[in-house]
Amino acid sequence: MGAVVAIDALLQPQRVWRGRPAAPPAGTQPTGHAGLDAVLPSGGWPEAALSELLIPVDGIGELQLLWPTLARLSRAGERIVLVAPPYLPFAPAWRQAGVDLGRLQVVRAGTSRDALWATEQCLRSGSCGAVLCWPLDADDRALRRLQVAAASGRTLAFATRPLAAAMHPSPAALRIAIDAAPAQWRVLKCRGGAAPAQPVPRAG
Amino acid sequence: MRWACILLPHLALDGVLRRCADPDAPRVLVGGSAQRRMLHAVNPAARALGLRRGMALTAAQALARGFATEAYRPEEEARWQRFLAAWAYGYSSQVSLQFPHALMLEIQGSLGLFGPWPRFEARLREELAALGFRHRIVAAPNPVAARVLANQHDGLAIEGDAPMRRALGQLPIQRAGFVPDVATAFARMGLRTLRQVWALPRDGLARRFPAEVLRHLDALLGERELALESYRPPDRFDLRIELGHEAESSQALLFPLKRLIADLAAFLAGRDGGVQRFDLLLEHERGARARVPVGLLTPERDAALLFELARGRLEQVQLTAPVRAIALGAAELPPFAPVHRELFDPRPQQATPWEQLRERLRARLGEDAVHGVQQHADHRPECASLSPPDVPARREHSSTGVAPGPRPGWLLAKPIPLRGSAPHLLAGPERIESGWWDGGDVRRDYYVVQLASGQGAWVFRPVSGGGFMLHGWFA
Repeated sequence: MGAVVAIDALLQPQRVWRGRPAAPPAGTQPTGHAGLDAVLPSGGWPEAALSELLIPVDGIGELQLLWPTLARLSRAGERIVLVAPPYLPFAPAWRQAGVDLGRLQVVRAGTSRDALWATEQCLRSGSCGAVLCWPLDADDRALRRLQVAAASGRTLAFATRPLAAAMHPSPAALRIAIDAAPAQWRVLKCRGGAAPAQPVPRAG
Repeated sequence: MRWACILLPHLALDGVLRRCADPDAPRVLVGGSAQRRMLHAVNPAARALGLRRGMALTAAQALARGFATEAYRPEEEARWQRFLAAWAYGYSSQVSLQFPHALMLEIQGSLGLFGPWPRFEARLREELAALGFRHRIVAAPNPVAARVLANQHDGLAIEGDAPMRRALGQLPIQRAGFVPDVATAFARMGLRTLRQVWALPRDGLARRFPAEVLRHLDALLGERELALESYRPPDRFDLRIELGHEAESSQALLFPLKRLIADLAAFLAGRDGGVQRFDLLLEHERGARARVPVGLLTPERDAALLFELARGRLEQVQLTAPVRAIALGAAELPPFAPVHRELFDPRPQQATPWEQLRERLRARLGEDAVHGVQQHADHRPECASLSPPDVPARREHSSTGVAPGPRPGWLLAKPIPLRGSAPHLLAGPERIESGWWDGGDVRRDYYVVQLASGQGAWVFRPVSGGGFMLHGWFA
């Protein structure tokens, strides 16, 4: 045997193939849907980042997707803020889904500009667990602001937008399109890995 | 060393200067009768022009030009003294305004909390400088000695009777706190310092001079206790700033607003209280005063936060006429309870607390922009979900937890007619019939349907007849 070679020196230039890379650490923000968690690279929602939900029409299942996460966060004592929701959150249903209503706050905003401002303030403050918003006419710049605010406040941000926006690029860390028939989720983009080609079937 | 005297030699002038945007410009206070206007006080820039206190205004105008004049108002001076007493009340429970232009503080009891006297004194000086008041501070075993020594010294701290006797003994007779007649009489007797007065026989003094003189001499040495009247902080805060010019936009009001808020915060800190609601009053040349209420959900006392909130409210105000003066009134001063924070916070350091964020949102979006969601025991969907702005969490009845049928996550604020092709029925009907007692009578059959687009909808048909109405989404 010759001289002792430090193993780091061999591995550092990356000339040695090491097989399967280490599995990414289990996510700390699971979505609550096992099928979806399995295909997402971070094992759940990307932490401290903006996630985009793209829906063809209102009321297609965006709450079904979010409720397990919101229930988990609110039970952990985190605050959940809905900024300018398109409809009224109906307390009996939210409570049935397991969301602690005492941690739920709704912010009314007159214009979409005010709504974006309020969302950014909530995200940046770092005092909320999750912030949900419905930007209708948000451009790339506005979404980037939300993404940066989510990162600086270390908060989960969810933007629900019409499916037509899927054509345009977006700075969001995760984009999920919700299909009605067949009932499925399509991951369009996820940071930290290739988007899975197969859609994930969902209940309902 | 039981008493500290904070002498405020330029109280009236400082009170005027601190509301000026440019305090270095020459400025004088004018007092006296209308026939003979005299300079009551001059600032350093005016002094550099050759103006002196006690000069007639006409003489001053002949001597220099380009200085601003301001009327001297004794009631303003008294108000500033009270304001500073409120500030000092944060450092001592015994504050007295008995002597004009001075604050007397009992400090023996405060030394344990605010550290040794040099550090305590430095803190007082720093805050007074920040508030914009020139001052001299002297500490002595009794209040009268402290007050009299402040005439001559600054930063003197005397501990014990012998050093006090020595310091007082060297005091010139003119500055020993006697009324002018008595001081002149002593001077004509050839007495220069207080020590020479002490050397005089007591019965002779009693015969020649009024009784106050002996009383004052005894009080100086602490041989006679003087009962000082204690200051008691008021239960409301009022402050008014006259602008001296006409402000056309709310931007121009921000500087005086900042001063008002800073004073309010100093007052609150002294009182160990917070403010829940205050009013900004904008006074115009004529017409009613505009009132800008600023309401908070929890008591606050941080100057920066209060300023930001007040600014948010003020910027939304449309000024109908130029503003001459701005006032701040706060009647609701509840006790302040600091927010409980975790020692190891998982959130980043710069995190804004929710209370502060909520006030910021309300300041821009409106008073009722932020609200919670609460379930209410009512069968009518419109009434089952309350959104109170700030209702404390109520005792929830066990019965409210059980909804008799499926309930949608989104509710439309107002039901709309369902359009399109005939929906596919999933569940129903569920009759909801309630509310005959309060006029909101509802008799409906609810169905869960699936629309052609794949949406799950909650629709109803009034029992009295009519088409399907859309009331919610099973999102």
